[in-house]
Amino acid sequence: MAFGPYLLLATLEGLVMAAVLALTALGLSLVFGVMRVVNVAHGEFFMLGAVLAWWVSSLVSGNPAIGFLLALIVSPLIVGAVALVSERLVLRRLDYKPEATIVATIGLLYIIQQLVLTFYGPEARPVVAPFDFRIRLPWFGYSSYKLAVIAASILLVLATWFVLTRTKIGLVMRATQYDGEIAQAFGVPVDRVYAGVFALGAMLAAVAAVLIVPIQQAHYLMGLDPLLLSFIVVIIGGLGSLRGTVVAAVLIGLSDGIISVFFSPTLAKIIATSFVALVLVFRPQGLFGAETR
Amino acid sequence: MTEIRTDKAVKSSGLTRRTALKGLGAAAGLMMGPGFVRYSQAQSAEPIRIGFQCHRTGIGAAYGRWYERTTNAAVKLINEAGGINGRPLEIVVEDDGTDPKRGAEVVEKFANQHKVDLVYGTLFSHVVTGSAPAAGELKIPYYVVSEGYHVASGKLNRYCIQPGITDVKAQVRSVAPWIASNIGKKVTLVFPDYAFGHDHRDFFGPAFQEQGGEVVAMLPIPPTETSFTRYFPQIPPDTDAIYHVMVGPAVLTFVKEMGEFFGSQGPALFGFIDSLEAVDLASPGLEFLEGSHFWEGSPRYLQPDASEAQKFYRDAVGIDENGASVNDPKDVSTAAHMFGCWETLYVIKAAMEAADYKGPEDRAKLIEATEAMTEFAEGKEHPQGDKTFNGKIHQCFGHQNISLVENMKLKVVHRTSIEDGIYEPEADYMTMPL
Amino acid sequence: MTGRAPSGRVFALHAAVILGLLILNFVLPEYHRGVFSRVLVLAAFAMGYNILFGYTGLLSLGHAMFFAAGLYGAGLPVYHLDWSVAPAFIAGIVSGAVLALAIGFLALRTTGVAFMIVTLMFAQVFYLITLFFTTYTRGEEGLVIRQDLRHLRMGDLDLALTDPSLRYLIALVLFSAVLIVTLFIVRSPFGRSLVAIRENEERMRMLGYNVFTNKLAAVVLSGAFCAASGAAYALLFGYVGSGFASIQYSILPLLWVLLGGAATTLGPLIGTLFMFYIVDFTSGFMPAYLLVVGAALILLILFFPKGILGSIRERWAPWLP
Repeated sequence: MAFGPYLLLATLEGLVMAAVLALTALGLSLVFGVMRVVNVAHGEFFMLGAVLAWWVSSLVSGNPAIGFLLALIVSPLIVGAVALVSERLVLRRLDYKPEATIVATIGLLYIIQQLVLTFYGPEARPVVAPFDFRIRLPWFGYSSYKLAVIAASILLVLATWFVLTRTKIGLVMRATQYDGEIAQAFGVPVDRVYAGVFALGAMLAAVAAVLIVPIQQAHYLMGLDPLLLSFIVVIIGGLGSLRGTVVAAVLIGLSDGIISVFFSPTLAKIIATSFVALVLVFRPQGLFGAETR
Repeated sequence: MTEIRTDKAVKSSGLTRRTALKGLGAAAGLMMGPGFVRYSQAQSAEPIRIGFQCHRTGIGAAYGRWYERTTNAAVKLINEAGGINGRPLEIVVEDDGTDPKRGAEVVEKFANQHKVDLVYGTLFSHVVTGSAPAAGELKIPYYVVSEGYHVASGKLNRYCIQPGITDVKAQVRSVAPWIASNIGKKVTLVFPDYAFGHDHRDFFGPAFQEQGGEVVAMLPIPPTETSFTRYFPQIPPDTDAIYHVMVGPAVLTFVKEMGEFFGSQGPALFGFIDSLEAVDLASPGLEFLEGSHFWEGSPRYLQPDASEAQKFYRDAVGIDENGASVNDPKDVSTAAHMFGCWETLYVIKAAMEAADYKGPEDRAKLIEATEAMTEFAEGKEHPQGDKTFNGKIHQCFGHQNISLVENMKLKVVHRTSIEDGIYEPEADYMTMPL
Repeated sequence: MTGRAPSGRVFALHAAVILGLLILNFVLPEYHRGVFSRVLVLAAFAMGYNILFGYTGLLSLGHAMFFAAGLYGAGLPVYHLDWSVAPAFIAGIVSGAVLALAIGFLALRTTGVAFMIVTLMFAQVFYLITLFFTTYTRGEEGLVIRQDLRHLRMGDLDLALTDPSLRYLIALVLFSAVLIVTLFIVRSPFGRSLVAIRENEERMRMLGYNVFTNKLAAVVLSGAFCAASGAAYALLFGYVGSGFASIQYSILPLLWVLLGGAATTLGPLIGTLFMFYIVDFTSGFMPAYLLVVGAALILLILFFPKGILGSIRERWAPWLP
């Protein structure tokens, strides 16, 4: 393939990866931004969302779009409920102490993984995209659904931005994020905000999973990658900055895509990962983070 | 007569063994599987106990489940036929989590706590390699069903044996001539960038060259990758065929993206079914595979010319003509590999009988008896086909199947000869101390 | 703070632990002696992690690379160059320390969560490098170090590291050495300045301490301990593979330390033992054992939010170091 089309393909792939990263990271950016706890089970919420998408769509016959849309509603609701229950039963009792939360969410990770393994099984299963015609370019074909993921990602980021900056819920969340104690003094029910944010973060992860699972597969061990990548995106972007999360996702996605043109795959991964790590080394507060921590 | 208890019976026997855990176990009844396959009627003889290192959790769990089912089926038959040397067979299962560190610990647990006679059943190469030192130190026979080249390479030790499944090097050499004469001379390799993939890379190239073929490009893919499209432009346009051997849950994506990328104009495909074991070929996204070819160790779909032994084996394990569980057509088996469990157990049986195996003190004799074997005849004990065994490298060699994807099913179009896969041994375990 | 701890009681406790472990070599059933050999080596890994995480307050998610640096640093020379065990062990530690120096130099420009992510990514790079050089490392499949190479030879003395009792004792020596050095550091001015940095970095800076140098020293020390553990693991148990460089082995020491109690000298051992036995025990009687493991972790942390030893220290034994 000529260099031009190759670069086009790599850029497209990079953009899709960026969209996937931004989608996945949204929920974590919320939870981590507001609550400042490392939720190791966040990736499992993503996985649960994908597995439930498979389950819901397998119940519906006929046009795959119906099952998909149903999954887009049902899966986040169930995942949100699971998150809410674990927040009330465990995290709240731990007072969101960062260290105890890590252990508890690792425990949660084991439980969710085992339940999915037992009831869903160890196989990777595909979920049919609501539509998926192949776009034929002169040099190669491309999945239309992948482009739809980019659009969905943009929409969801805008929606989140709107909620955070233009609604009362967003104001309350930002206040809690800024300083929980002062927010409490001003009558913000911090305890309930935490519960809501935790559930909302998990639901966003599930939405992302439903949108992404047609281009990946539902598998009980799929949660680790999104977890790590989300953390990377959120921190590189700068804590609490939605804009930063988006820019970081694009930076990581595009660099990963374009570097892969020039090197053998594993070497490209090594270079891309080092590059992103060095960005953080030389800009410790993240791209759009405040100067002081 | 002995028989394996059903799941329900196993549950209760598990509980009587450990009354202390009764409450917990009853509450968690759904979680109890056939942890201990117990023989029901007390025989006067002590059972022969085999430690089954099983991938119950971790990335190998899809394989582990079918390895367990195949093992249970074979053990049931062996016990019904009177056991080994008049003693019933008992399987003790431990989960290795598909992790090499845990694998080694499990071997120690088998040898020192369960005090089993031998250890058996591992699939993933890294677990085999990680466990091998423990088996060697404890001098406990370690029969693996892994297809890796690790045993035959001579890098393990004399206690590691692979008598039930052909290794990757021989598989690759077997299929090379067929690819050269039926698919094309210019091949691009797509493989995972770690040892399993490198075995394919290192052994296919030379074997293919001997057949007048040429590997025009190689695409090693890092295991952390979940999207592959970006790498396809590196496949040269003059490639006749893509030889792919990806593993892991991302394989479906891989195939789907190849379909999106090439459409109907792409090069021919030759793959190793490892990619799609336990995956339904009729899955959405796999339509692109129609008309492509796969290596299969043992055919997943019941072939019209299947031998009686093959049918018998499939019925015993409980797989239907599509290679899925008779209880759940969506539960697709790992047919291309799991036959190795069945055959390995029968090799163990034959070796124990030849060595007149009495107990752990005869472990060395058991190894020597296995090494002395040279041929396994096709039959109920070896339903995949006849095999030869090279005692020097502890490795068996069998026929390989090349199958065409037709109507989303696999049809065997060529069966290689054993000689196709034979290579010059690189080691001699028999000179090593026992 | 540990400064006012009664020395007598502290030394007696640590001596008793080491003595107890020594006695266990002769009384433990064979299987459990093997388990303890592995756990003692891994506890050294956890103690190394604890230096940085527990005492200095730096949460790294990349310590698998230091463990793996020791593993490969010791394993590869033995496998490819027929090095003998002692120099290989030293090579392992040196590899880990040098790597820690380089990583620390870069990563310490960051703090908090950024430090966590930077170490995570560098560890990922290290992991990919072990795969990139599969020709030498055999990647994820890994290498078996031949039994006959795993001998400690000094003059006429020829000790097989595969001997269960000797292996246990070597693991115990490694564990005890790391424990004693840790205890020594914790009670030294250097250790106290690490804790002070953890509590208030700005104040330390204003007091004129070179915070960066102190933290860098902690990273290197921590990396060297972890590498020593990795090197010992390779030589004692004979297997070297990429799996040990994966993210899983960065999360595990964090988990072990948190379970046992961060910033406690003996917590890492307790956490490592607990995690081993809960998996070993539950997986023995049920396939879906991770359910119980997960529930146990949650219950444990609900009742011991600072880890087992950390909570005991808080409630009953404030003198514990």
